[in-house]
Amino acid sequence: MTYTTDEMMTVAAARSLRDGTSCFVGIGLPSTAANLARATHAPDLVLIYESGCIGAKPGQLPLSIGDGILAETADSLVSVPEIFNYWLQPGRIDVGFLGAAQLDRHGRINTTVIGDYADPKVRLPGAGGAPEIATACKDVVIIVRQSKRTFAERLDFVTSAGRPSMIITDLGVLRPRDGEFVLTQVHPGIEVSQAIEATGWPLRVSADLSTTEPPTPSELTALRRLTG
Amino acid sequence: MARIASLAEAVGELVHDGDQVALEGFTHLIPFAAGHEIIRQGRTDLTLVRMTPDLIYDQLIGAGCARKLIFSWGGNPGVGSLHRFRDAVQHSWPVPLEIEEHSHAGMANRYVAGASGLPFAVLRGYTGTDLPKQTDTIKPVSCPFTGEVLTAVPALNPDVTIVHAQRADRKGNVQLWGITGVQKEAVLAAKRSLVTVEEIVDELEPRPNAVTLPGWVVTMVAEVPQGAHPSYAHDYYVRDNEFYKQWDAISRDRDSFGQWLAEIR
Repeated sequence: MTYTTDEMMTVAAARSLRDGTSCFVGIGLPSTAANLARATHAPDLVLIYESGCIGAKPGQLPLSIGDGILAETADSLVSVPEIFNYWLQPGRIDVGFLGAAQLDRHGRINTTVIGDYADPKVRLPGAGGAPEIATACKDVVIIVRQSKRTFAERLDFVTSAGRPSMIITDLGVLRPRDGEFVLTQVHPGIEVSQAIEATGWPLRVSADLSTTEPPTPSELTALRRLTG
Repeated sequence: MARIASLAEAVGELVHDGDQVALEGFTHLIPFAAGHEIIRQGRTDLTLVRMTPDLIYDQLIGAGCARKLIFSWGGNPGVGSLHRFRDAVQHSWPVPLEIEEHSHAGMANRYVAGASGLPFAVLRGYTGTDLPKQTDTIKPVSCPFTGEVLTAVPALNPDVTIVHAQRADRKGNVQLWGITGVQKEAVLAAKRSLVTVEEIVDELEPRPNAVTLPGWVVTMVAEVPQGAHPSYAHDYYVRDNEFYKQWDAISRDRDSFGQWLAEIR
């Protein structure tokens, strides 16, 4: 089966989630990947949305983090103060699954402004749940399309500063080595030079660089059922 | 006991120019009809408080009702940007908009402190972010028992909080269920409150997981069927995701927004 680079990214992100763990899910790419994991190898993955839905099991992708389908299928439905104070803050949740508008070589995220804070070129949505998700979850994974604009030499604003273990993109996978993110994996058909070209800092390449397994037909079928 | 009134009467009585106003509802039960009524009544200089400004504050900001926004995430969920919010911050259109920016955890705790009658809330938050450099309502505080440095955020006590709920009885006792967000805290934190409801019934039947706001903590109740549209009311109607997508085009330029605004007014 042929597939797009976005599909490869989503499949790679889904594979990073282990069955039986809990995942605090951001909207967009992270939500698609987390739901794909549940639909494939991780049926007992617990999806947690900041709207207060714990153990949501949507049959189709929600547009927002608070769609009715999440509430209807949740094991438990709690208030917003409770989801942050009782569930996220104490470090109960295994993985925080986040997107980013801009990130740096340390895996810090900017979703606040491009340009000066007081006089921004582009005003972005802001922090949402991310600062606390990035620091309170045991592990953090970032899913984002890779480009020079997104993978910035310097952030205009630090919105969230966690310690992600992985950045999964449409070109490959980056992991931290000696304090900065390096390319450890490329997706099939992607050249290392493309990943370097799409990074705003001098991207180092790991000596043990590997190639991602392409999506299987069953992964693609499950993904297209979700997004279709 | 809450007083039952029309939406126009309730907004006219409870929302004044210059007030700090919170219209809450986390994706679900967003009180859109009340927001539109505030626009129709031409309120100005409001300080708008809301975790997720969403379309409702994009509309109020574009209509020129707001002087300041206190918030934590200003996007169109799953769609993209809030263009009227952006235009106000980037170009001061139609009027300059001051912002006070937090994280969700910080905002939720500010309402909790407000509802609890405390001056501030404590959380383990904002670690490593630039937010405290821009927002003077985020300060470090040391635990008196362990010495751990935590974060303090001040209570929110809006002049008026407006929420939408599924139903109320004739005494103004309010019942809401599904995703209940931060509404209970926002109502209890406020000096005055208005709850718009899908329907007023003779008797509130128990619902699993429902939040009940007794009539004596609510100032006014107004019956407004479909009052949360294009957001949704669990067990009444679903989220109008198509409208959320269409809003991107409607709000993108000032002219098409102006046409939408003319219809609302």
